[in-house]
Amino acid sequence: MRERSAASRRRVIQGAGALALGGLWLAGRPAEADLPKLQKLLAELTGGKTPQEGKVRLDMPEIAENGQTVPLTASVDSPMTANDYCKVIHILAEGNPEAGVCSFKFTPASGRAEFSTRMRLAQTQNVWAVAEMSDGSVWMTKTEVKVTIGGCGG
Amino acid sequence: MVSRRDFLTLTAAACAILGPGRAGRLAAQDRLSEADLLAFRPVGNVTILHVTDLHAQLVPIWFREPSTNIGVGEVRGLPPHLTGDAFLNHFGIAPGTAEAYAFTDRDFVELARRYGRVGGLDRIATLVKAIRAEREGRTLLLDGGDAMQGSWVALQRKGGDMVAALKALGVEAMTAHWEFTYGAERVKEIVEELGFPFLGGNVFDTEWEEPVFESTAFFERGGVKIAVIGQAFPYTPVSNPRWMIPQWSFGIREERVAEHVENARAEGAELVVLLSHNGFDVDRKLVSRVPGIDVVLTGHTHDALPRALRVGKTLVVGSGSNGKFLARLDLDVRDGEVKDYAFKLIPVFADAIRPDPEMAKLIDELRAPYRAELDRVVGHTKSLLYRRGNFQGSWDDLICAALLEQRDAEIALSPGFRWGPTLLPDQPIRMEDVWAQTAMTYPQVYRIEMTGAQLKEVLEDVADNIFNPDPYYQGGGDMVRVGGMAFTIDVDQPIGRRISDMTFTKTGQPIEPSRKYVVAGWASVNEGVEGPPVWELVARYIEARKVIDLPTAGRVIVKGG
Repeated sequence: MRERSAASRRRVIQGAGALALGGLWLAGRPAEADLPKLQKLLAELTGGKTPQEGKVRLDMPEIAENGQTVPLTASVDSPMTANDYCKVIHILAEGNPEAGVCSFKFTPASGRAEFSTRMRLAQTQNVWAVAEMSDGSVWMTKTEVKVTIGGCGG
Repeated sequence: MVSRRDFLTLTAAACAILGPGRAGRLAAQDRLSEADLLAFRPVGNVTILHVTDLHAQLVPIWFREPSTNIGVGEVRGLPPHLTGDAFLNHFGIAPGTAEAYAFTDRDFVELARRYGRVGGLDRIATLVKAIRAEREGRTLLLDGGDAMQGSWVALQRKGGDMVAALKALGVEAMTAHWEFTYGAERVKEIVEELGFPFLGGNVFDTEWEEPVFESTAFFERGGVKIAVIGQAFPYTPVSNPRWMIPQWSFGIREERVAEHVENARAEGAELVVLLSHNGFDVDRKLVSRVPGIDVVLTGHTHDALPRALRVGKTLVVGSGSNGKFLARLDLDVRDGEVKDYAFKLIPVFADAIRPDPEMAKLIDELRAPYRAELDRVVGHTKSLLYRRGNFQGSWDDLICAALLEQRDAEIALSPGFRWGPTLLPDQPIRMEDVWAQTAMTYPQVYRIEMTGAQLKEVLEDVADNIFNPDPYYQGGGDMVRVGGMAFTIDVDQPIGRRISDMTFTKTGQPIEPSRKYVVAGWASVNEGVEGPPVWELVARYIEARKVIDLPTAGRVIVKGG
């Protein structure tokens, strides 16, 4: 039985690609997890608001197959109407040389607040997805992705 | 030792007199019969048979279960993380019995001499035929993957021998892991040749995230519509060479599993079976989070459990490895629910079971072209040679010694694979035995310089793949084996802090972080690795000595767990 959603998923990804307004910053060298740097950037992006846990979903593999290009899908639970929509989703990385990864902006015309892309991970770390809604509220989730040298196995 | 043996004899005698059920009955008789092994009180309308991790072992072998199998976090001390006496106590098995021999390492050599070899696909075929005859129209036979790697014949035939054998056995669906190490093109051929579903609902192409294999196969048995969802080993591109399958992406993908289950139910499935190569702890976590799975048939971690475990409404089955066991699960499925079940993990005692003549003939034919190479004796062993266990098996001690000498290295690294059968003391070592530990498509022995700091990083990284408290971050397998070096591991620490006291054996001095060491190892997942195949070096090492008598190596000190 094939996945029914496969073809539509391809369109979603292509569509989301066209929506990419933010830049993609790639990690250059491994670094220690730098939470203060991430929090400073987060404060700049949200105007100092503290994000609440919830509404945002971030799908990433638990263990990266290739740290150079790790797939991610972020989405926000929102009706996406003129009065109530997700304005932007930011992706932040605790352990990359730069905390900022990318920002995807949406309008009610986007229909859904969802995108898929790939990012580079310098090391095992938490990746954050932070969303700002039209009412000014800020929401987040984070997930740990492990980058391993691999080998061995049953 | 004498008093221990006396105690065993007494225990066995007491069981025989008192006759407390199966364990006692088996202890009372030296010879088991096929009927004993097949004895089962049938339940309900469906019988699922499961084999997994055969590792291409077509003929009977010895296989010693681990003496160390540590569980961390929430699964500490829970099955399958029980060994020896703790295992026997938990499952109420008397020491010295056939069951103790099958399920634990306790008194292994003595019991192996009494009860003989295990496995052999011709023996499994006899059991399968008998159960199919008894449960006509109700039986479904599934293979959990890792069927096609682990022998010289499988390597030479690129899994083709196992394709023929699984078809002859009547396997009705499978999933996979080491099958992928034959490369993507060969896997596509295998899928065609099998003629039954090759399932992997968690494999997607890297470009468009589209499914590569079918996720689900439907069967009707005993009037019940059964959905079998396949889950390939999630970390194949991490644990094995990604360059061999560059277009395929894996992962646990819990939300996909949930979708497959929902789809199966929507298609009218009354029984949902997850045929998984996730590993036991990953599956235990998965079924606690994904509703609607009636049965998960686990694989990968080679755990053999005499009972099915219940996690919520799900039955979790661990069927061992190397052809040592056949799992039988009878289910009474009514109104889309499992009302009752009966389970037995049948040990495949090769001496007790008649070989199925057709399968025996096929196995002979498949092996015939390689017979002379397989049977070539390279030496004898005075030591028990085994691999399985979280740390340092004696087979790996032998491999590491061969790597150090044959590649003139200071440190040796050998992967903690869970496959690879056992040799009893005072046995010839044939090339087939060497290949059963080494036959794979990336066997090159590399020789490189690594600093002490890099060595520590390797040990820490591998340790986290086994002892991360969250099973979703574990890669499976056992700890990397080392030669020329000793270390202490505290499994309860986080990554970076588990390994300490790394000692360079040659000098007895600590491993220096900044000094470079010459390291020999094999099974690198990198592309373009150069070096001789590991089996050549191991064979040469054994041939030069003629007799292998290993010291009891104390290279790893374990804390925590």
